[in-house]
Amino acid sequence: MTRVINYTKAINEALFIAMNLDKKVLCYGLGVDDPKHIFDTTIGLQEQFGEERVFDMPTSENAMTGIAIGASLVGYRPVMVHQRLDFFLLAMDQLVNAAAKWHYMFGGQNSVPIVIRLIIGRGWGQGPTHSQSLQSWFAHIPGLKVVMPSSPKEAKGLLLSSIFDENPVLFLEHRWLHNQEEDVSEGDFRIPIGVANILQKGSDLTILGMSYMNTEAMRSLEYLKLQGISIELIDLRTVNPIDWNTIITSVKKTKRLLVLDTGSETGSVAAEIIAKVSIELFSVMVSSPARICLPDAPVPASFSLTKDFYPTSFDIAKKACSMLDVEFNEKDFKQSSFPHDVPGDWFKGPF
Amino acid sequence: MDVDTKIKLYSKMVLIRLVEETIAEKYDQQKMRCPTHLSTGQEAVSAAVGMALQKEDLAVSTHRSHGHYLGKGGNIPRMIAEIYGKEGGCSKGKGGSMHLIDLSVGFMGSTAIVGNSIPIGAGLGLAMQLEKSNNISCIFVGDGAIEEGVFAETVNFCAQRNLPVLFLCENNFYSVYSSLSVRQPKDRPIYKMVEAMGIKSFKGNGNDVFGVYQKTLESISKIKDGGGPRFLEFETYRWREHCGPNYDNNIGYRTEDEFLEWKRKDPILLAEIKLLEQNILSKELIKSINQKAKEQVDEAFQFAEKSPFPKKEDAFKDIYAGVEF
Repeated sequence: MTRVINYTKAINEALFIAMNLDKKVLCYGLGVDDPKHIFDTTIGLQEQFGEERVFDMPTSENAMTGIAIGASLVGYRPVMVHQRLDFFLLAMDQLVNAAAKWHYMFGGQNSVPIVIRLIIGRGWGQGPTHSQSLQSWFAHIPGLKVVMPSSPKEAKGLLLSSIFDENPVLFLEHRWLHNQEEDVSEGDFRIPIGVANILQKGSDLTILGMSYMNTEAMRSLEYLKLQGISIELIDLRTVNPIDWNTIITSVKKTKRLLVLDTGSETGSVAAEIIAKVSIELFSVMVSSPARICLPDAPVPASFSLTKDFYPTSFDIAKKACSMLDVEFNEKDFKQSSFPHDVPGDWFKGPF
Repeated sequence: MDVDTKIKLYSKMVLIRLVEETIAEKYDQQKMRCPTHLSTGQEAVSAAVGMALQKEDLAVSTHRSHGHYLGKGGNIPRMIAEIYGKEGGCSKGKGGSMHLIDLSVGFMGSTAIVGNSIPIGAGLGLAMQLEKSNNISCIFVGDGAIEEGVFAETVNFCAQRNLPVLFLCENNFYSVYSSLSVRQPKDRPIYKMVEAMGIKSFKGNGNDVFGVYQKTLESISKIKDGGGPRFLEFETYRWREHCGPNYDNNIGYRTEDEFLEWKRKDPILLAEIKLLEQNILSKELIKSINQKAKEQVDEAFQFAEKSPFPKKEDAFKDIYAGVEF
């Protein structure tokens, strides 16, 4: 059975299912049981599973990450959440020096099955420290897995896979996806980590998106189709490990690659993908690979300063046209009717 | 304290000393090719706490963890093989001297970044509380780790949740070459600060193995009775350089006099004098304890020497648990 639910409900369902399946699954984070329930993703969990397994925590991101690691070493599967990724930067020692290394540095004797849910902000004045999309940092660390679901179905299937994975997994949720709706199966289902998904088959250009950028990419497809451009849109889903097979196979066919990244350009996941594809398929490609990322600048807060800061479907359509030498008519491109700093009319702030 | 315990405490210190001093002696053979932090001079805490803990009690430690590992009963040959970078090492050569583990005795791991293992020990304590087990988690720290933010964070959480955690602080007055006086306020004892943070705390002589044992047992028993976490600060002194096999009183950050003063308070010597006075030890018994330790240490080094090196392809194993990709 499927029914339409939104991204937050999908996460909530995955947590319910995991906690029912395994009493060693714990869920904690600042605000999991407060009246807002992490944008409703943790609603009902404490009532169902009790205060021992679902609890609020001190504002101690680093220690609480280590506590998850310790508990995981003796059989628990903690799922920790931060309302913005940026707060989790206080926990880099525990993430990088402990969680990512533990299995390896003790010769594979035990492992750290923890999930860290991190929410990425965008628009509405989130500014320099509430909208960083640092998946490339995490993807750079061997031993970590990093997933970026871009739809409700993926959120549910990937969260369940993440919780029952034996390794530390960073689960990156984009705030602008939280209200997105989709037909999602009831019950337990898993989407494997490390496997990309082809959202639309095509032959002229491979567009590879991650997280919220897939939403923007989808909005550009209709226009591009009208221009006679056949797009193959791939949803990366996991940024470590990357599904190279799907990407390489696609670019071999289309001979063109455009990567969409939610983070800043330099040192990005997009940069890594373009490097690898260029190395492997240099002689096959008929145009330079391209990427659309956030600028190499901290994110400003002001409504006016963010006007053209975040890339949208408009930029994607324009770039795709230029890669195919097709004229791009700005006036014909239907842009979102919402102000540039909100995902839709469901979002009224504050964060 | 019974006679047997006293002899065991003494013997354990002798063993730890001999392991450390043999490493120091052989280090310039260039076969132990990793940073090595010796605990010579600090054996009392390692021996006493290791013996006060039960096998099912878990422990985590720091970069200077040889003594803690040995005190808890960690496998000696596998520790030496780890320092030699051999396949038979306790971490299969992946971790080196600073990443020791022996799950069979509840030594859950030592890590190298100051303060890193503190919250992990608390996580073990949280699991015990959730399991309603009657064990405790012991977190070894030094005076440097007290200055890390994660220490304050972890103390706060342990106090708030009344976790079965024992913080065991060896205050040896130096973080690398930086003395306590340039790192912490004068007249602000560590244990007093921790007490103010909500954990019952105590300070004692870290070179008195019997005192450390007694106090640790007492604290463990309180923790097991649901009395919440405890913090024990024991003052002691590392004889050799921060990292490496040498003495370094000549390089100027501490004085020869200070070293000699602490050497007079050698925990092994103090215990020996006491036990000789009490007629528990005899010259013959001391000789046989040393002989037995030597046999164990020789055997450990032989094991390490004989163990093969891991294959270079093994560098790419165990990056992830479960299916490799």
